[in-house]
Amino acid sequence: MTEIGEPAGHEPEKVAPQAQPVDGIAVGADTTDVTVAAGLELKARSQWWYARNRFLRHRLAMIGLVGLVIIFGSGALASFWVPYHYDTIDLTHTYVPPTFTAHHFFGTDVLGRDFFSRTIYGVRTSEMVGLVVAAASSTLGVIVGAIAGYYRGWVDNILMRITDLVLTLPAIAILLTVAALFGTGGQWGPFPWRITAILAAFFWTGIARIVRGVFLSYREKEYVEAAKASGAGDLRIMFRHILPNTLGPVVVNATLAVAAAILTEAALSFLGFGIKPPLPSLGVLIAEGNQDPTKWWLTVLPGLVLVAIIICINFVGDGLRDALDPTQRRVRA
Amino acid sequence: MLTYITRRILYSVPVLILSTFLSFTFLSLAGDPRQNLLSNPKFSREHYHMLFHQYHLDASIPVRYWYWVQSVFTHKMGISLLTSQPIWPDLQRVMGHTLQVVALAEIIALTLGVAVGIFSAVKQYSPFDYMFTSVSFLGYAMPTFWLALLLQILFTNMYLKWHVRIFYTSGLNSGVTSNTWSLDRLQHIALPVATLSIISFAVYSRYMRASMLDVISTDYIRTARAKGVPERLVIMRHVFRNALIPIATVAALNFGGLLGGAIITETVFSLDGMGFYFFNKLGQLDVYAVMGYLAITSTAIIVFNLFADIVYGYLDPRIRYD
Repeated sequence: MTEIGEPAGHEPEKVAPQAQPVDGIAVGADTTDVTVAAGLELKARSQWWYARNRFLRHRLAMIGLVGLVIIFGSGALASFWVPYHYDTIDLTHTYVPPTFTAHHFFGTDVLGRDFFSRTIYGVRTSEMVGLVVAAASSTLGVIVGAIAGYYRGWVDNILMRITDLVLTLPAIAILLTVAALFGTGGQWGPFPWRITAILAAFFWTGIARIVRGVFLSYREKEYVEAAKASGAGDLRIMFRHILPNTLGPVVVNATLAVAAAILTEAALSFLGFGIKPPLPSLGVLIAEGNQDPTKWWLTVLPGLVLVAIIICINFVGDGLRDALDPTQRRVRA
Repeated sequence: MLTYITRRILYSVPVLILSTFLSFTFLSLAGDPRQNLLSNPKFSREHYHMLFHQYHLDASIPVRYWYWVQSVFTHKMGISLLTSQPIWPDLQRVMGHTLQVVALAEIIALTLGVAVGIFSAVKQYSPFDYMFTSVSFLGYAMPTFWLALLLQILFTNMYLKWHVRIFYTSGLNSGVTSNTWSLDRLQHIALPVATLSIISFAVYSRYMRASMLDVISTDYIRTARAKGVPERLVIMRHVFRNALIPIATVAALNFGGLLGGAIITETVFSLDGMGFYFFNKLGQLDVYAVMGYLAITSTAIIVFNLFADIVYGYLDPRIRYD
């Protein structure tokens, strides 16, 4: 290891034994256990320590995180605590406006089903779709983007052509067309896999492009050359040395992809090309509720929950962006 | 510049062909639009097969795609396989409606967005700034269809409760026909226009504010202030004009995208525009009609992307295309 191999933060394992902490800060080392002899207990502050600190101090992000945990938590545990099942019909109490009697906080719908319970179950469906789409599309996007950026060649070509294609049509038109071809009804238990797969297949290109960009610039850096010279294989260079640099933008984009997937699913379900009715999702509920405009609560309340989710995710996403990617800071959102 | 434009146009041709071919394949695989004819007992199987042959539905998909491309150029998008009606007059009608709604919405959103963006940047961190920051945060988080439904519910209930008809909540006209700029028409399109304006306004005001702040922090603005140029002139002449450059690009891109019709907004308000047309025809699997829509929309998007680039190069001489 010579001087070449020491740009901050890229090769923690190799550099760490040599790196001397300066003023109590281990320069760029990822590891937190860099301690110094001579009895001085210096606490190493890694990049992640700073990132976490920035995130925890971001007031809106913390508000968003708390809100998100509450809403997603209550959705995930829906079957344990909501007063009714989402399909329990009560024809003697149809169209009850929001009230505290009999736990009908959000009122009841045309079949007397408790709308609060249905909304919470809807949150469960929407959050499943959002989280799985974000996870799947990020994984796929990172792999394709890494290969395209590192090897260039035909993978890169195909990726950029797909990007061109996606940019020539309105997203919702493509999604509707694909939904018309494949249908969106498939379900495993309460998990609507088919719409999730369609959305994931659509969302990965964004993350792939970001990862590709980072790889394109980092593959030319000296430390990559040094790693190559010391005999590191392609896979090791890609995933061990370059990939950590993409973590910031990927995490931020994955967070925002959750919001985008939930919004898109709701819009598709609303148009009847998304989740099929027995299963409630926020979009399905809004579409069903809108059948009678005079029963305003059936449209307004699930929509409010949807907006709350999206605002919370956006707050968290902004906080993560400020924390992980200080160069891309927005002009104070 | 001219070579750049030519290259961009030539380059967009294969993209256009590929995107229409893929959509065509998807739609053709989605199902047979004539299947429902068979449910009519008077409709014989022989006739069905004859139609099948006549419309080349027995050919392979690439061949059918070729027939479609021919019909685009020789018969103005051809005729619908479902209704045997020509597609072009329909498209022409809905395009006019969409253009009216989208142009109005964009003008309103741009005017308000730019104005609010300027004031937010000049009076950064003032109550005014914070208020509109919150508004645009809400606009970003608001699903379009829900916003449209809120407006619809509000005005429907206002009519049902107090019999006050300010804006209509669906359709384009009360009677059979009405002029493009009659009061009746404006009452009908007010809510779709409001929906689109609010969503675009959130984007424009945010962009304008960020872009103003970018320019304000540059050196030549400091120089201008140091020379003693009155603050009003600094803002209006030096900052504002340069801050408009990114907005022009965003607006051109947004407008190109919206020409394809705001599918969701038009569907909510049953507005006879491009988006609603597409949505209906897609539901019926009317392949040629949907393809006509997709071809026009993707052309519009490509043209406006190019337009945005050219405008950018024109407004900002530092940008040079080779």
